[in-house]
Amino acid sequence: MIPRYQRILFSVLLLAALIMGGVLWHLRERAHQRLLAGEDSAPTKAPEVAAAEQATLLVANDADGSMIVQARSLPLPADPSARARVLLGNLLDLYAAPDAAHPVAGGAAGIAQVFLMPARGSKDPENSRDQFAVVNLTGTFAASHPSGLETETLTVLSICGTLRANLPHVTQVRFLVDGMERPNLAGHADLTRTYLTADAVPVASGNP
Amino acid sequence: MRWIRRVSLDRLILRQLATQLFLLPLGQRPVRGDPGWGKSQSAVSHCEHSKSHRCWAGSGPEAFLGIAVLASLAAHPFAVAQTPPNPAPAQRFTVVLDPAHGGDDTGGRLASGQTEKTATLAFSVRLRSLLAARGMAVVTTRESDATVDPTRRAAIANHAKAGACLSLHATESGSGIHLFTSSLAPTQAGLFVPWKTAQSGWIGRSLALAGAFNSALLHESFNVTLSRTALIGVDSMTCPALAIEIAPERGPDGRVTAEPDDADYQAHTANALATALLEWRMEAHQP
Repeated sequence: MIPRYQRILFSVLLLAALIMGGVLWHLRERAHQRLLAGEDSAPTKAPEVAAAEQATLLVANDADGSMIVQARSLPLPADPSARARVLLGNLLDLYAAPDAAHPVAGGAAGIAQVFLMPARGSKDPENSRDQFAVVNLTGTFAASHPSGLETETLTVLSICGTLRANLPHVTQVRFLVDGMERPNLAGHADLTRTYLTADAVPVASGNP
Repeated sequence: MRWIRRVSLDRLILRQLATQLFLLPLGQRPVRGDPGWGKSQSAVSHCEHSKSHRCWAGSGPEAFLGIAVLASLAAHPFAVAQTPPNPAPAQRFTVVLDPAHGGDDTGGRLASGQTEKTATLAFSVRLRSLLAARGMAVVTTRESDATVDPTRRAAIANHAKAGACLSLHATESGSGIHLFTSSLAPTQAGLFVPWKTAQSGWIGRSLALAGAFNSALLHESFNVTLSRTALIGVDSMTCPALAIEIAPERGPDGRVTAEPDDADYQAHTANALATALLEWRMEAHQP
């Protein structure tokens, strides 16, 4: 025979357990909803598509050591650094094409970043709009670049020439590889010096 | 008499200092067999191995003035340029051959599987024998598969007081012979020039040398490309300097007819270059 007080205690404890289970279930559902709300990665704003603009690329040709001016219509961002990166990426994409006249593997991924800053050595640095570009190439691009005096020189000059053609205020260019200074691109072209974009004019073949 | 002796002694000390600091012209520096030869060599090796590029190449007697201004120059890497080309009449015409790469630095790889360092060394040996047969003195920066620092290559070329300095390269891209002069802006050759841009005072002569080579190679029906480049080593040379890159010979359809390491192709190229150097020597009025 179970005493009466034990039956009442059991009923109260059972009721308390059911109520606590219900509260726990409710709290779990609330926490789950909060977690889902925090991880929501769906775009809140539609991506903006930049309008296509006319861009000029200086494309190298190994056959005669020349650079050909090519006009292209490309969607370019407004930010000058991003703009420079997109331009150079398009240039390297041309070199990565199977029938390229200046074959270099890697494509647009070869340009890690392009930084623009006020140029050093300007006569009037406060009012001068001259800019200094630092082109950070990837180590993969440098490692896969064909070794040769002409091919490396053409790569460097076409990058400088393309920057000058589209961003005329860029007067000086320095190259880094994976964020570090490197003696040369693939054994030849000096990457320790500052290149003047004015020197990167299209070079015609030396002889007919 | 005592003060005269003292002045002489001071001049002797100054001269010794100048030799140690590499300021004396080549003709006045101790040579092998002279009592001061060992000290001169130590100065050379110091210069060649200097990582700070604080090296000087010789100039005229006015170089003694350099001692007085050393303090102001200590912060900058400078080289004393040779006065552009006014060689001593009796000096033998010297050519510096610099086969690129070597040792750990293999350079590019050719289609035959050979490395650029091997092809340039073979071409250097071939060209050296042709030039020696034509009575020219030849100085090479390497004779074996050894690593030679670009600074040392330039130092060797500058010590030789050469009439022409040729940096030899080989590549698989492009076609024919690529002639490169330094892309440094031309300047007046002064007493002191920065080591890294010492070639700037010689750009005019280097372009003239490129012209002579271009003519000789065109005469031999080579496909020649003239251009300018930034190349560590050549940019520090105080002589008429060229970088010569041998690319494959291609037919009208673009197909390769001779690889840069092909013996016949190299011999043909070396002959054309030797002819160009003969003309250049006559232009320089040197024996």
